Amino acid sequence: MRLPTAGRITIGLFLAAALAAPVPAVGQDKPRYGGELTFVVPSEPPSFDAHREETFGTIHPIAPHYNTLFRTDPTDNTGTKVVGDLAESWQFSKDMRTLTVKVRQGVKFHDGSVLTSKDVKASYDHIIFPPAGVASSRKGAYVVVEAIEVPDAQTVRFRLKWPEASFLSNLASPYNFIYQADKLAADPRWYEKNVMGTGPFKFVEYVKGSHWVGKKNPDYWDKGKPYLDGYRAIFMTSSSAMVAAVRGERAHAQFRGFSPSERDSIVQALGNKITVQESPWNCLILVAINHEKKPFGDRRVRKALTLALDRYEGSKALSRIAVVKDVGGIQVPGTPWATPPAELEKLAGYGKDIAANRAEAKRLLKEAGAENLSFTYKNRGVAMPYEPVAIWLIDQWRQIGITVRQEVVEAAAYYATLRGGDFEVAADFQCGFTVEPDLDIYKFQSASISHANYSRYEDKVLDDLYVKQARAVDAEERKKALRAFEKRLLDEEVRYIYTLQWHRIIPHSAKMRGWTITPSHYLNQQLDTVWLSE
Amino acid sequence: MWKYVVKRFFLMIPTLLGVAVFIFFLMRIVPGDIVELRFSGESSYASKENLAAERARFGLDKPLWRQFVTWMWGVVRLDFGTSMWTGAPILEEIKLRFALSLQLAIMATAVGVALALPLGVAAALKQDTWIDYVARMVSIAGIATPSFWLGILMILTLLVVFHWLPPMVYTPFWVNPWQNLLQLIWPALAVGYRLSAVVTRMTRSAMLEVLREDYIRTARAKGLVETLILKRHALKNAMLPVLTVTGIEFAFLMGGLVVTEQVFNLNGLGLLFVQAVARRDYTMTQALVLLVASVFIIVNFFMDLMYGWLDPRIRYR
Amino acid sequence: MAINVPFDAVELAAAQAARAGWWGTVKDFSHRRPLGAAGAAVVLLLIVVAFSANLIAPYDPERVDFGAMLVRPSAAHWLGTDAFGRDVLSRLIYGSRTALLVGFGAAVIGATAGAVLGVGSAFFGGRVDLYLQRVMDIFIAFPLIILALAIVAILGNTLPNLIMAITIPMIPRCAIVIRSSALSIREMPYVDAARAAGFGNGRIILRHMLPNVMAPYLIMLTSFLGQAILLEASLSFLGLGVQEPTAAWGLMLRGAAVDFAESAPWMAVFPGLAISLAVFAFNLFGDSLRDALDPKLRTL
Repeated sequence: MRLPTAGRITIGLFLAAALAAPVPAVGQDKPRYGGELTFVVPSEPPSFDAHREETFGTIHPIAPHYNTLFRTDPTDNTGTKVVGDLAESWQFSKDMRTLTVKVRQGVKFHDGSVLTSKDVKASYDHIIFPPAGVASSRKGAYVVVEAIEVPDAQTVRFRLKWPEASFLSNLASPYNFIYQADKLAADPRWYEKNVMGTGPFKFVEYVKGSHWVGKKNPDYWDKGKPYLDGYRAIFMTSSSAMVAAVRGERAHAQFRGFSPSERDSIVQALGNKITVQESPWNCLILVAINHEKKPFGDRRVRKALTLALDRYEGSKALSRIAVVKDVGGIQVPGTPWATPPAELEKLAGYGKDIAANRAEAKRLLKEAGAENLSFTYKNRGVAMPYEPVAIWLIDQWRQIGITVRQEVVEAAAYYATLRGGDFEVAADFQCGFTVEPDLDIYKFQSASISHANYSRYEDKVLDDLYVKQARAVDAEERKKALRAFEKRLLDEEVRYIYTLQWHRIIPHSAKMRGWTITPSHYLNQQLDTVWLSE
Repeated sequence: MWKYVVKRFFLMIPTLLGVAVFIFFLMRIVPGDIVELRFSGESSYASKENLAAERARFGLDKPLWRQFVTWMWGVVRLDFGTSMWTGAPILEEIKLRFALSLQLAIMATAVGVALALPLGVAAALKQDTWIDYVARMVSIAGIATPSFWLGILMILTLLVVFHWLPPMVYTPFWVNPWQNLLQLIWPALAVGYRLSAVVTRMTRSAMLEVLREDYIRTARAKGLVETLILKRHALKNAMLPVLTVTGIEFAFLMGGLVVTEQVFNLNGLGLLFVQAVARRDYTMTQALVLLVASVFIIVNFFMDLMYGWLDPRIRYR
Repeated sequence: MAINVPFDAVELAAAQAARAGWWGTVKDFSHRRPLGAAGAAVVLLLIVVAFSANLIAPYDPERVDFGAMLVRPSAAHWLGTDAFGRDVLSRLIYGSRTALLVGFGAAVIGATAGAVLGVGSAFFGGRVDLYLQRVMDIFIAFPLIILALAIVAILGNTLPNLIMAITIPMIPRCAIVIRSSALSIREMPYVDAARAAGFGNGRIILRHMLPNVMAPYLIMLTSFLGQAILLEASLSFLGLGVQEPTAAWGLMLRGAAVDFAESAPWMAVFPGLAISLAVFAFNLFGDSLRDALDPKLRTL
């Protein structure tokens, strides 16, 4: 086999194009029962308790053991449609300040005990009101919750301090595993080292540095599911090993994402034994501009920085070598609240006439007295896609006469650098578990409100707009507020710069069916809808 | 002789202690900490209380000297603690990777020595002939070629020419020797080539020195057969420095193959090392440094002993 | 292994050189040690290339050209382009600057500092020697890459810091070799005689010890040159050395070169060849230098 013919690549790309379209994978064929799904995971879980961890290394091997109260529809490739998991039905009160949820009956934990609303309350208390000494990573996301009540064994009631449009999406976080109340009462940290949920798969074994195995839960409440007999998650750190595993048909998939060259090599080797699903990814690299360092407090300088970037050419070129692709604003393109491309073009740096943009940038720099600007760009010490994006940024800035030196900060020291404001311009990033404005733009509020605002600015207008869109009950009103927020953030004040949206590429064995890609690598990992065609 | 042995033995202790102190404080000077890394995950934000609570759990809020004493006290009792990243006992984590690193080190050394000895002896015997030149060029090439680049080329060749990739998951030798060797032979060759280069040079120069000695001339004058001279006198005496160099190179291979392990995706000590440092996993890094340094120091100790035994002049230094 | 070079060898070589003149020495060396001369020639070539990089490189090494990504070697780009459309040949040429800068910087500082410590330790002996020896032992037992990692992490990722990270592990290794050389000199009677004659420490060190450690010093220096370049390549490959978009050989082997190794092998092959060639040349030259300066090995 010589280097691939054009034909092979075309097949691969065709498949990619076909499957990128929003066609639900389930329902095309009749699901077959049986088989063990093997997939590789690039990261091991630091602990088994998803309430405290922030990494997909916890989700991928462990999510199949649990249910959450709500989740996103596994057949929805935008990952935004909320459906009930353990929630059978739910209703908001008229003033939108109470959410009453009916919990499913007949659900059993893996040890045989029956799930009641008590367990749901205990789990959410663990997340929102953790006892002393227990870390919860998402506490801050639920400040709106005043209390959780259980009027009876089948009902949970969330009482909110104010109406919040995104509350349901927020509850659908894949990290909100429902634990057993008794275990939590006995030891709130029990779940860090133990697994016991209601999910479609039971825990079998975990060998550190090697693999995690789960087997089918025969008493699963969703009759007829899961289809698989079990699954095996293999831990690998090197991306070449992961590619080799999929390529050698020793694993069906890797659920985080591969780079374009990795996808090409897998497709070359396996042709139509591989299905490629691609989607915009709700992750991206942001450029934080430290307003406290001269001359970046000057809006003209910041605007010049964003005007210099030819995003469209960058997208075409970088998508060949890195996991970035789409040009987007504050929401992932193609999702409900995203700005249509025509409107996006009106924002600074998103226009198609790059020559004019760059001329304007140079003019602004001159006006601000920062003509021969030179600074250090502090980048995060992770290769893909931080390195290619940095090279691109530095080259683009060079086109308007700015000299930039890159300094890579190791991952462990990176947060301290950002938090301490020890930089002029730095790479920042954000990965959301679902595409929801409240979650995606929270960080851009004033530094006094958002601890993740590393550009270190105060902007009351942005804060007000944030609250406005968060409390907006009418969809059109919310859209207006979001557009205004985006305009101020990216065009008028250029508080942060959006580079290119990441692009999720999942080449998986064609035998694996029933799994739909979403913009988030945290979603859709319970594997209850997945089946193997042979 | 005993005084020499005892003196050398006791000199190991301050060195090890020095290494322990050094790594302890070095890690704490390096900016960044594990708690931030764990909690920030894939967002760039973590709450301060979580951070503080976790730090306290690891004992990182205690004064430095106290942390050091706690750690050293554990080491003395051979309790290296638990990894700050995974929470598993360090000995367990190391055990997982130790077998692979040890096997690779042994295989690479075997490959290296098997290549080096005949080459070095031949080069010495036929000094300044084309055999000598070729041997020297080959050995210098071995030292000059970055072994990770050699590894990349190897994998590339296997892929492009033979359309085959070595197994990427480690199977222990006793489970499946064939799979095991299939995976490890390639890094062993890449690393072994470099090792052979060093040993070839040492073999050559040691042989040259020995061949010039008076007793060899005497043996020749006595009319002894050349091969007998070689075997009984020259080779044996030349082996000492060769053994020394081989021992030191072997010691270096344990935990020193950081880049090679990355290229071949080997779950060995080198990778563990780099991960531990990147994560600021203090306990793991400290334990690994102690392990690697101990191997090195102990190997050196035995080398010193051998030298002292064979060359009495050294004992009186 | 320490090499004991008695007082006379260097003087002998120097005297020979004085007689034959500069060019004569070079000719003699090339004739007797062709390999070494070849090595020296390559080194010289590298230096010339590094100095005249901006004259001979066909393109700007950092110029990104999205229209020419991953182009195979052709008339326009002799060694092809990388994932950003940057000309590989130009990057190799400019990369020689980084390599030589790091190589010479680290080697000279490392070998010199090591020599100073070694001579000082040997000369003053006693407690000074004992403590210095222990410190050296500690540094040598310490894993090299980890030390370099830590230094770069502490000081930050800049070129001078990288040179320092490579230099520091080298100092003790040089120090112990120089020390054993210097020790043998100290035993010699003329040192006692010099002291009896009232010569100060400084003079004794400068006029007697230093010339005799010249040979092992030079040998360590050339050996370090090669090692420094290799270490820089390894560190850059790990992402801790020189940073993009600067051109450096080790850096060129990272990331895209490995990802695209199958479809664009020229990205991985040529930088590795450059590194190997440079280190090869330094070692060839260093080897022949050692042969020339060590009379025991010389005549056979």
